[in-house]
Amino acid sequence: MPHVLLGLLAAGNRHGYELKRAHDSRLPRAKPLAFGQVYATLGRLQRDGLVVTTGQEREAGPDRTAYALTDQGRAALAGWLAAVEPPMPYVTSTLFTKVAVALLVADLNAARSYLIAQARAHTDRLRELTAVKTAPSTTLDDVVAVDYAVAHLDADLRWLRTTLARVADWHREVHS
Amino acid sequence: MSGLQARGVIRSYGPTPALRDVSLDVAEGEIVAVTGPSGCGKSTLLHCLAGILRPDKGEVHWRGERIDTWPEAARSRLRRTEFGVLFQFGQLVAELTAVENVALPLLLAGTGRREAGQAACEWLDRFGVADLADVRPGAMSGGQQQRCAMARALITGPRVIFADEPTGALDTLSGEEVLTQLVRFAREQGTTIVLVTHEPRIAAYADREVMLRDGVVDPTGLGLDEPLVPVPAAGPGAGPR
Ligand SMILES: Nc1ncnc2c1ncn2[C@@H]1O[C@H](COP(=O)(O)OP(=O)(O)O)[C@@H](O)[C@H]1O
Ligand SMILES: [Mg+2]
Repeated sequence: MPHVLLGLLAAGNRHGYELKRAHDSRLPRAKPLAFGQVYATLGRLQRDGLVVTTGQEREAGPDRTAYALTDQGRAALAGWLAAVEPPMPYVTSTLFTKVAVALLVADLNAARSYLIAQARAHTDRLRELTAVKTAPSTTLDDVVAVDYAVAHLDADLRWLRTTLARVADWHREVHS
Repeated sequence: MSGLQARGVIRSYGPTPALRDVSLDVAEGEIVAVTGPSGCGKSTLLHCLAGILRPDKGEVHWRGERIDTWPEAARSRLRRTEFGVLFQFGQLVAELTAVENVALPLLLAGTGRREAGQAACEWLDRFGVADLADVRPGAMSGGQQQRCAMARALITGPRVIFADEPTGALDTLSGEEVLTQLVRFAREQGTTIVLVTHEPRIAAYADREVMLRDGVVDPTGLGLDEPLVPVPAAGPGAGPR
């Protein structure tokens, strides 16, 4: 989140409220930012010298302070944009963990029932998000966000189905 | 009775059973995906529903009429009017240009040359390939061919589109674009789609999914041996107290 705020400030000085609005419209399928989060993050960025408050105060209202990116902030943003994210350094997923734990503490049927229920929930969500793409007034912002979610749900679904086929063998191995 | 129904459809190829008692109801305006692993009978079901193949046993009904017993000429007329078919490879006529290919169904139905050509151009334009009007299929990409095939399938204003793996030969982006256009158009016109695919991502374009397995409808929808009692979905408040 801090880097997203830096990125939004790169386009020009903004108030906290404007940052929240810009975030929510650029990343339409993300969880909307809370004001508290925005101000807390701006506070930390200011402390670290990445942003400064500008003199452009508003007359009234709770949101009087506008922020600007410093040279140091600009460099931090460029560094973050250029850095490749480590591709899944740890294999962690609630889905995966849940099946592993189910096999430890419950029976095979519990693990399978969970996998089935999860696959159904994933399929429903996949359909819901795909409908966003075919809606008449969809924007490219939406399509790109939905594409990301669809690819991940699709990958999860493949994993869920494969694991469903393997879970009996896995259970035998865990309890041998 | 409106819409499309299969009732107890059985179909074999010689000794190979392809469909072993399939029943299916598709409402008008509905988009239904038929899914399942390769060889489970999806294409055979689509061909039976579209009146291309005749079931060995069972019935197919369209808008209250039993169509599987119709003679070939009547079924083939149905496929030129109320039904449209779209296959994995566009199956355009190689010797004809895009506009000639798209105009073909209208010409066969007796529409004049000029009028058919004009309508074909409008349809090509609607799917973003107007500039390919005078190009032959051999010089087009898979996605472009599929857009032309889609225009050809829709030009007669069918009420049902039967699509068999329409994105199967396309890269991800072209596939998505072709399907988005098809589904948008169908929703706009209230056209019914029967969409055969083995990909969950493609099936998600439909309102609902019917999974086949070894020639029968799989009630679990997940290719399981036996249906299991599902656990309730986790939500807020679920979990240990
Ligand atoms: N023309 C044919 N001749 C003989 N067997 C066929 C023919 N078409 C399909 N089959 C067989 O019928 C079964 C179902 O095929 P199909 O309907 O094409 O399945 P799907 O489309 O799901 O891959 C398969 O076992 C397939 O080998
Ligand atoms: Mg097939």
